[in-house]
Amino acid sequence: MTIPSIVGAGLAVIGAGIGIGMIGGKAMEAIARQPEAYGKIQTAMLIAAALIEGIGFAAIFAG
Amino acid sequence: MYFCTDFKDTVICSKMQRKTLIRLLSVLLFIGSFSAVAQDEHTEDAKEVLPGSKTKKEEIKEFINHHLMDSHDFNLFGSTDEETGETHHYGFPLPVIIWDEGIHTFMSSKFHHGENVVESNGNYYKLYHSKIYRTDAEGTINYDEKHHPTNVRPLDFSITKSVLMMLVTGLLLIWLFRSLAKSYAKNGSIPRGIGRFFEPIVLYIRDDIAIANIGEHKYKKYMPFLLTVFFFIWFLNMFGLTPLGVNVTGNIAVTTALAILVFLITTFTGTKDYWKHIFDPLGDGMPWAGKILIYIILVPIEILGMFIKPFALLIRLYANMTAGHVVLMSLIGLIFIFKSWIGGPLSFGLSFAISLIELLVALLQAYIFTMLAALYFGFASETHAEHEAHEGEIQHL
Repeated sequence: MTIPSIVGAGLAVIGAGIGIGMIGGKAMEAIARQPEAYGKIQTAMLIAAALIEGIGFAAIFAG
Repeated sequence: MYFCTDFKDTVICSKMQRKTLIRLLSVLLFIGSFSAVAQDEHTEDAKEVLPGSKTKKEEIKEFINHHLMDSHDFNLFGSTDEETGETHHYGFPLPVIIWDEGIHTFMSSKFHHGENVVESNGNYYKLYHSKIYRTDAEGTINYDEKHHPTNVRPLDFSITKSVLMMLVTGLLLIWLFRSLAKSYAKNGSIPRGIGRFFEPIVLYIRDDIAIANIGEHKYKKYMPFLLTVFFFIWFLNMFGLTPLGVNVTGNIAVTTALAILVFLITTFTGTKDYWKHIFDPLGDGMPWAGKILIYIILVPIEILGMFIKPFALLIRLYANMTAGHVVLMSLIGLIFIFKSWIGGPLSFGLSFAISLIELLVALLQAYIFTMLAALYFGFASETHAEHEAHEGEIQHL
């Protein structure tokens, strides 16, 4: 492992973390606004979070 | 020190007392960690005298790497004799089946955890880093410049730890769900025993995963696969959290096999409209000559997407489970790094919290794998008419 690759992996993880955080926050806002759509919002949130998480892991493995 | 004489001052006073308490604790922690570091340095100095011996950190790293790999024997725990340096392993051996110009079968106990060379029908085999190599009678392993062995590796069909756990999980699933299915017939549509726990989960997968993503008309065809894959992954994830120390879903070969199944099902149940979406996504909305320019870029991306979707599935499951295991084992390894009174409680508290998160992750990863598989099946089985109907629905909302 070289230092640039470690830093790059770290940056990618920061990006993924911000992304997942935004998804979670927005989903909560949406649920607060429309509690009856809880199930649908949660499913969509999990799918989006899983996709971003995949990118984060790919970055860690590349790094 | 502070003394509380007046009732009025009690609030402020208790705050001050809390502050002193925190200060005291942080000083204690500081001293404790310092002494831990000092002890660690001390032992490392002592170790340097003995050439060839490993430091504690290297040993822990090696142990974690070993745990993440599949192994030929089922090791429950082991201990090292402080005086003689001998390691004792407690567990049971598993059968080794290798194909090397003919079948060779023997128990893995013959390897003695990589120390012995095994003779089978005139060939010699040795275990090196949990992998079997063909050697000469003395068991010499030749290395290239990068320290990789150059010996011949026979085809390995052994019942390894992961294979055994998969068989156990398979049998467990068959037994559990057969009894659930039988209790419906016997009891007048009411499940009994453990079936009461599983029925809502099965219904959830049917209603919220299969029907929601695939559609009312076609979900039945995919239900057996979705249910099997969900419970298989979930059970194996949960087995990974037990002290058995198995790591099946954190093995990239296992997740690859699961993802290949998803890919095959998606590809072979794809409707005409699915293929049209890949090779002709713009449809009739654009003249033929104009489409060619766009399709030079678009069609390769769509074809790549067919492979990237299952690839993301396999990487996600593998990476999540491996990361969970590495974090848990590193936290337990803290005990041996600290070597002071802090190590035990700290390691226990942290690993307990992470274990609780891992319980959630075990379920969540199984759910996401099933969910995304259902989503891909939904793409594959959707016909044009249904697609239009869905779009109409969204616009209507």
